[in-house]
Amino acid sequence: MITTDILIIGAGPTGLFTVFEAGLLKLKCHLIDALPQAGGQCSEIYPKKPIYDIPAYPEILAGDLTDKLMEQIKQFEPGFTLGERADTLEKQDDGTFIVTTNKGTKHHAKVVAIAGGLGSFEPRKPKLDNIAKFEDKGVEYIIKEPEFYRNKNVVIAGGGDSALDWSIFLSDVAKSVTLVHRRNEFRGALDSVEKVQELKDANKIALITPAEITGILGEDKVTGLTIQKKGQEAFTIDTDHFIPLFGLSPKLGPLGNWGLEIEKNAIKVNNALDYQTNIPGVYAIGDVNTYPGKLKLILCGFHEATLMCQSAFQRIFPDKKYVMKYTTVGGVEGFDGTKKEAPKAVVKAIQ
Amino acid sequence: MQDINIKITDRDGVTHDIVAPTDMAMNLMEVVRSYELAPEGTIGVCGGMAMCASCQCYVKSNHQLPEMSDDEDAMLAEAFDVEDNSRLGCQIQMTPELNGLEVELAPES
Repeated sequence: MITTDILIIGAGPTGLFTVFEAGLLKLKCHLIDALPQAGGQCSEIYPKKPIYDIPAYPEILAGDLTDKLMEQIKQFEPGFTLGERADTLEKQDDGTFIVTTNKGTKHHAKVVAIAGGLGSFEPRKPKLDNIAKFEDKGVEYIIKEPEFYRNKNVVIAGGGDSALDWSIFLSDVAKSVTLVHRRNEFRGALDSVEKVQELKDANKIALITPAEITGILGEDKVTGLTIQKKGQEAFTIDTDHFIPLFGLSPKLGPLGNWGLEIEKNAIKVNNALDYQTNIPGVYAIGDVNTYPGKLKLILCGFHEATLMCQSAFQRIFPDKKYVMKYTTVGGVEGFDGTKKEAPKAVVKAIQ
Repeated sequence: MQDINIKITDRDGVTHDIVAPTDMAMNLMEVVRSYELAPEGTIGVCGGMAMCASCQCYVKSNHQLPEMSDDEDAMLAEAFDVEDNSRLGCQIQMTPELNGLEVELAPES
């Protein structure tokens, strides 16, 4: 069981900054995120896109913002459970919480801060009638363990970076790799596109474009696919695996069943005070919450995280006197023993 | 500046007559959201960067639309339920020329 003061659900910018504000109050944080890396949408959807409304950054790339936040919170040693989705929330008799992920990892925390953005990212599934029947029986939307495909025949569908990158990677592992895309053009890093071209010329990747997978064949596992090439008759190919890589889309998912008050796919909070939800001790901050006048902006998430941490502190230490200290005055004392502080003025007489 | 009238058919098949401003730098996805014709979180997920296709729509009228950018084209190449008249709503700015535009929202995916 992982124990922490504040359990943050969602490792996007708002969740990451929460670690900093909590750290100033000597509260430890642990983050859960369904994605395999921190940064949320900033790293998953638009890492290379600029943001112009982060105060004091006239322009910053979303990926760089994530890196900077990670650097800013480093001394507070946050824990991460990545690649797992928070599935259940159980309130304990002592007012603490246990949150369990889809993989069974348990987290025990005094306070829960949901910074879940638009929800957890789930793979986008192609609309094929019998696809659900073959999930984990030859159809995989996420490649977890490349070795799983050793000496297997694999068909990948999609036209973005992940389709290209995995085709390249698996061409060294699998018995055969076939890449199917609706267009001849791929949208990905130039290096990857060129590498796939190279592997295709060397007959290490079979490319079928412009084409679409229209059917999955097999009894209790995938044995083949029907492929429709534009303007031609459909044909079938044999394969052991079908890996559709069409990106991810966020879904509120299990959070919706936690007994939280939900309005327009967002969690209602008390914005007059501390961004607490209808469950005391559970807060919602950033894009995942809603209140009158809500704006889904990163900078608003930072503000919400800051106020939320003050409330969390009072909840955890109801009897402690507390005054807010400016970081310039109090410095930043890390849990790792480091201390950042303003240099002392030099007092020296002039003779 | 003038407002324009457009017809938007939502994902339940209901057609709405909408008045859209042309002086607010709004795109079609934002018009749909401002009238709440699709639930929050199911449209405009990426915020309008042509990076998610949640605002895909079918253009039913014969309007001359702005040309498709490479980004939009590539995104539609990976989206589901794409038809010849598919566009991303976030890439269609509301301009006086689009008065009378008729679109239908593509299914959620």
